[in-house]
Amino acid sequence: MKKLIFAFVFSLFLGINHLWAQSADKIEMADTMRANGKIYVVVAVLSIVLLGILIYLILIDRKITKLEREMK
Amino acid sequence: MKWWKIMTIILLFYTLIGGFLLPVPRLAIVNESIRNLYFHVPMWFGMIIILAISVYYALRYLRQPTELNDLYAVESANVGILLGILGIVTGMVWAQYTWGTYWHGDPKQNASAIALLIYLAYSVLRNSLEDAQQRAKVSAVYNVFAFATLIPLLFILPRLTDSMHPGNGGNPGFNSYDLDSTMRMVFYPAVIAWTLLGWWIVTLRVRWRVLQNRVNENALKVESSLLA
Repeated sequence: MKKLIFAFVFSLFLGINHLWAQSADKIEMADTMRANGKIYVVVAVLSIVLLGILIYLILIDRKITKLEREMK
Repeated sequence: MKWWKIMTIILLFYTLIGGFLLPVPRLAIVNESIRNLYFHVPMWFGMIIILAISVYYALRYLRQPTELNDLYAVESANVGILLGILGIVTGMVWAQYTWGTYWHGDPKQNASAIALLIYLAYSVLRNSLEDAQQRAKVSAVYNVFAFATLIPLLFILPRLTDSMHPGNGGNPGFNSYDLDSTMRMVFYPAVIAWTLLGWWIVTLRVRWRVLQNRVNENALKVESSLLA
């Protein structure tokens, strides 16, 4: 069951490579931000925030597990 | 750590990195803000799934009144409300930039506000009852009715009138645009990621409440043994 769910979820990522090509037309997008690489700054900052929140969540999880063991 | 928690973390990072860096269709009006699809919409999908779990546990409680069934029902409802609030607030920000106002009065916007109020009333109802068993039973019944009103409010009524939301009121859904398969590759994992994160929080809250109940029970035992 676990393996099946994992396989299903990661199959959603397949086929990334051939979709990079993008037709440029007149619609305004954040192309400059991408060209000069500033977008990576945004992604880095958000990743750090997400990482921090997830570490906090894991620490709470561990603390509860410890208490559960003590209560038994 | 459980396997699904590791999957949650991987999928969240994939959502964030893929959501910002993978290509998206170039569309007028929404422009780059189309990437909100990976963050705003999963709040609602997550809310629906978590609230469905909540009503499942409410029904289980009505058949088999146990502490855990009640705790899962109420904590799922709480996380569902949290996701709903995040959904409505992120939607307002997005609406300001694409529709021109924070509150457009769009049927789906109004309906989701009503749905949230119905679920907030669930919390009010629960907290207004003193007796634990009565509280659990009454809120379980209310939960079923709340979920039953959620479905027409979010899925049926907005489709019957003019709505600015994609896929409603004759508007095409996002999936009918070009290059939709790239967006789906981030969108589906994003829905799973945010829903699992919500479920993780539910389990933490339930485990914490169980511990709290044990502590209270032990305190009561000590108290009664002292009185005897």
